[in-house]
Amino acid sequence: MSQGTLFDKVWDLHTVATLPSGQTQLFIGLHLIHEVTSPQAFAMLRERGLSVPFPSRTVATVDHIIPTDNQARPFADQLAEEMIQALERNCQDFGIQFYQVGSGRQGIVHVIAPELGLTQPGMTIACGDSHTSTHGAFGAIAFGIGTSQVRDVLASQTLALPKLKVRRVEVNGSLPPGVYAKDVILHVIRHLGVQGGVGYAYEFGGSTLAAMGMEERMTICNMAIEGGARCGYVNPDATTFTYLQGREFAPRGKAWDEALAWWSSIASDEDAVYDDRVVFAAENIPPTITWGITPGQGIGVDEVVPVLENLPPADQPIAQEAYRYMQLSPGQPIQGTRVDVCFVGSCTNGRLSDLREAARVAQGRRVATGVKAFIVPGSEQVKHQAEAEGLDQVFLAAGFEWRQAGCSLCLAMNPDQLQGDQISASSSNRNFKGRQGSSTGRTLLMSPAMVVAAAVTGQVTDVRKLLGMTN
Amino acid sequence: MQTVVTITGRGLPLPGNDIDTDRIIPARFLRCVTFDGLGEQVFVDDRAQASGQHPFDNPAYQGASILVVNGNFGCGSSREHAPQALYRWGIRALVGESFGEIFAGNCTAIGVPCVTTSPLVIRQVQQLLQSDPQTLLVINLEPLQLGCDSHTWPVELGPGTRRMLMEGTWDACGQLVGQAELIRARAAQLPYLHWGQ
Repeated sequence: MSQGTLFDKVWDLHTVATLPSGQTQLFIGLHLIHEVTSPQAFAMLRERGLSVPFPSRTVATVDHIIPTDNQARPFADQLAEEMIQALERNCQDFGIQFYQVGSGRQGIVHVIAPELGLTQPGMTIACGDSHTSTHGAFGAIAFGIGTSQVRDVLASQTLALPKLKVRRVEVNGSLPPGVYAKDVILHVIRHLGVQGGVGYAYEFGGSTLAAMGMEERMTICNMAIEGGARCGYVNPDATTFTYLQGREFAPRGKAWDEALAWWSSIASDEDAVYDDRVVFAAENIPPTITWGITPGQGIGVDEVVPVLENLPPADQPIAQEAYRYMQLSPGQPIQGTRVDVCFVGSCTNGRLSDLREAARVAQGRRVATGVKAFIVPGSEQVKHQAEAEGLDQVFLAAGFEWRQAGCSLCLAMNPDQLQGDQISASSSNRNFKGRQGSSTGRTLLMSPAMVVAAAVTGQVTDVRKLLGMTN
Repeated sequence: MQTVVTITGRGLPLPGNDIDTDRIIPARFLRCVTFDGLGEQVFVDDRAQASGQHPFDNPAYQGASILVVNGNFGCGSSREHAPQALYRWGIRALVGESFGEIFAGNCTAIGVPCVTTSPLVIRQVQQLLQSDPQTLLVINLEPLQLGCDSHTWPVELGPGTRRMLMEGTWDACGQLVGQAELIRARAAQLPYLHWGQ
């Protein structure tokens, strides 16, 4: 059993009681809600006559259903309009802060909470969205929950949960040029599997993580859930504190000094005990891309689609299903695969540093004929900052569409959807069958730089070649 | 609240690893403010592609209430719409090799147990149901067993989840709300709720 890890410390600090079932009643320090998984929770509160005792600890925004081209109200999709109206009404009735479109603070929930300084080390954070693990980048224990649990948090600010085990996932060394945080997490999931993390929290560490900025750490923790781990985190350090200082909801003055001392104290101890430990070498990580229908079906951009006989028996049935669905043949190089749609955005890779890398590749190039390519900033703030730096102009000049903030094509609950069996190069997090809005649509997951490389060549391309980084 | 100790019903075999919640209920059906009506849309895209051959469309399995699946069932998105859709179709319990963690928690929260057992047992049970869809299965959480006329197999379930189901406290809301004093006391001790005070 783990001991002395950040996970243990934060868990203990937030334990309200041990329930008769043996599960922990855990206090939730920050609750984030959005339009998709909250309406039924509010309906349940009303049915049961329950109130919200800590309304200031819940923050709402709208992201999943929002169109990214025309956000004028009412939305063309009447169901989407009903959902945003329900959220507006629920937030008003229960006294919850709602960051509305046009407020300057709206965006994907996992982008706005960090950039506003709401997400802080040592917190417990819950949201009705599996990518809540993102917030672990700050040294918070953050996890996705279902709608009944959203109800529980609204009604009590607590959840009933069994404690997780802790696996230390260490990555050491310098990443080669053209290899990004996205490649690191796709590589980790490729090797630990999509269910390897079930029952675990992943503590990401090592010198590679230490050298990363907060946005890169968020990309890594974001996809912990794709490896089966409900939460992933990184111990807070000077990089974390520098990121937070001066943000809207970060502590200031005397409170800042108190916070620094406390945040440092909750990091895992030197002699912490883990339930498991795995180590990766950064130098061995290639630009990584998924070829199949789970995020664990990743390969280096120089590799071929795996041959069935080379896979462990347990992985063979899903590989066969993936060959058929993706229309790819075993042994076929992934490079050169034609793409129809290129998407940079999402809670995984829709932040300013992602857009800067994407723009670096797009600069002076043109989107290939027949390819639909678009860039969706993760929040209104990201959009504003990117425009201040002129990134939008780089993208527009290269033939990309420049959109407004939202979840967009990642899950296609809005007008951004694949058609038929279109294949997308996508900086998002899931390549599940039908994920991007068409039941036969196909998704190749990769870093934002690789998405742009695919957009300007019309096919899967090693971004290192475009940038003259061949080794 | 209702206790969940035994679940008796016909089984529905659904082979395949890593069946994610996007497949159980595609995102376009999440454009709703209630869970009503989700039962008709369960596995809608998989079913359309199977042209009537999907187990959920097989007449022999209509009325089944125990879903028998393989590894990592319910991985991916946290949408409770997935268990709600299965429940509304008629599923009252799942047996599998393993489950996505958020999915399993969401099932518990609506009183639907997700019990696990070995790949070998799953294969046997799926084959049994394929050869005789009328087989009646019984999941008993007391001895943690899955049984039919001719066999019993051991199954597993986390001790906390098992107690919540058996004692009828799987809807934790009332229990959680009832601890208001302790909750306030814990909040008072969390430094980040009181910076600078």
